[in-house]
Amino acid sequence: MRAYTPKDDVQKKSYYTDRFFVSPQVPKFPVENDEVFTKDLEAIKAKFEVSEAYIQVEQMVVFIQPEDNYKVLELMKNELEYTQLSELSAIDWLAKENKFEVFYQMLSMNKRKRIRVKMFIDKDQAVNSVEKLFRSADWSEREMFDMFGIEANAHPFMKRILMPYDWQGFPLLKTYPLQGDEFAAWYEVDKIYGKEARDIIGPELRDTAKVDRYDSQRFARLGHEVPKGTKITGNEPKNEQSYQEEGGVFLIKKLNKKDSVVIDDPQR
Amino acid sequence: MAQHKVNYTKDGGLPVALTSIDKIVNWGRSNSIWALTYGLACCGIEMMASGASRYDFDRFGTIFRASPRQADVMIVAGTLTKKHAEFIKRLYDQMTEPKWVISMGSCANTGGMFNTYSTVQGVDRLIPVDLYLPGCAPRPETLQYGVMLLQKKIRANSASRAQKAKRLM
Repeated sequence: MRAYTPKDDVQKKSYYTDRFFVSPQVPKFPVENDEVFTKDLEAIKAKFEVSEAYIQVEQMVVFIQPEDNYKVLELMKNELEYTQLSELSAIDWLAKENKFEVFYQMLSMNKRKRIRVKMFIDKDQAVNSVEKLFRSADWSEREMFDMFGIEANAHPFMKRILMPYDWQGFPLLKTYPLQGDEFAAWYEVDKIYGKEARDIIGPELRDTAKVDRYDSQRFARLGHEVPKGTKITGNEPKNEQSYQEEGGVFLIKKLNKKDSVVIDDPQR
Repeated sequence: MAQHKVNYTKDGGLPVALTSIDKIVNWGRSNSIWALTYGLACCGIEMMASGASRYDFDRFGTIFRASPRQADVMIVAGTLTKKHAEFIKRLYDQMTEPKWVISMGSCANTGGMFNTYSTVQGVDRLIPVDLYLPGCAPRPETLQYGVMLLQKKIRANSASRAQKAKRLM
């Protein structure tokens, strides 16, 4: 039997201090544990300033200076055989240290190793585009600009990729509300019908779980449907629902279940 | 002797049918609802299944058209993003009157599970909707039933009167 715990003041105690589950950090190991990574790190350190490096989940993480990013990736591509850029994006640390973390996930098919190159940039600071080195950076950098507002210098087409061109705000910032700001809430109404239509169309109804049986604008009570906008008193007559009129339809036969035959002989 | 001699006096045998203009026009309209091919998300898969041989939309005269100018009904099958919102309005405007709209699935009805910044919270914010189909995604049977209800709705309206253009505002 389970031990009894008194539940008198269970409501008064707060169960959780963190709003979300905070997972423990994955352990980090020194780079010297891996031969290949040690050589790679030496090659990078010989030419560039590396602030931190460690191995996490069998991948090396290297922190570099933001102005070196093109040169470091060029070195890794041409000399260290890291020929693929699998992923490139940013992390919003603005609330914590007023910085963005930009990362480049590199893959070497020959060495069968992955290196994550990271760097911290300030807010409103642009990064150097690596699109000339890796074609995959083209869309990734556009997405980074779309979602965080981080521009990539010397990118051939620095425009939004997912959101519309005339969108305002950067949705992946931690300060951006999930359900959108004022601009996002009225975007389609403003664009199609104009600002003066806001009063007619009304604000978005975000509580999709809300069911009001006296609301005939959004809901119809099944079996008691009324025209849209009718004031509901609660004494609506019952409507029999059927897919076809009772009297039959011109030139169309209605299925009469009594007269129909179910063929259950597979050998017929 | 003719084996298949038609008995003209029996019901349906006479090669003449008497009816009103209203009924014949509505019969034609309701049994040739050409739908705009407009799958926006996973509901589009169910819409395609409805059109394919197992569920066979052709039996209802519903044939998918790739052009809004040839379509009578727009089945909004899927999530409408705010980026795409202007195009649904444009496609709806390009359809010729009379036209109807079926909002298929939770996303098209209310935005559904996408309670986010980039999803339109119900297509009825932009275009007038005739029929809302619940489900995520609705089965092809639901869509077929919806088309049959739409046929019933078309038959209930007077066809001879000039159709009043439907406008949201």
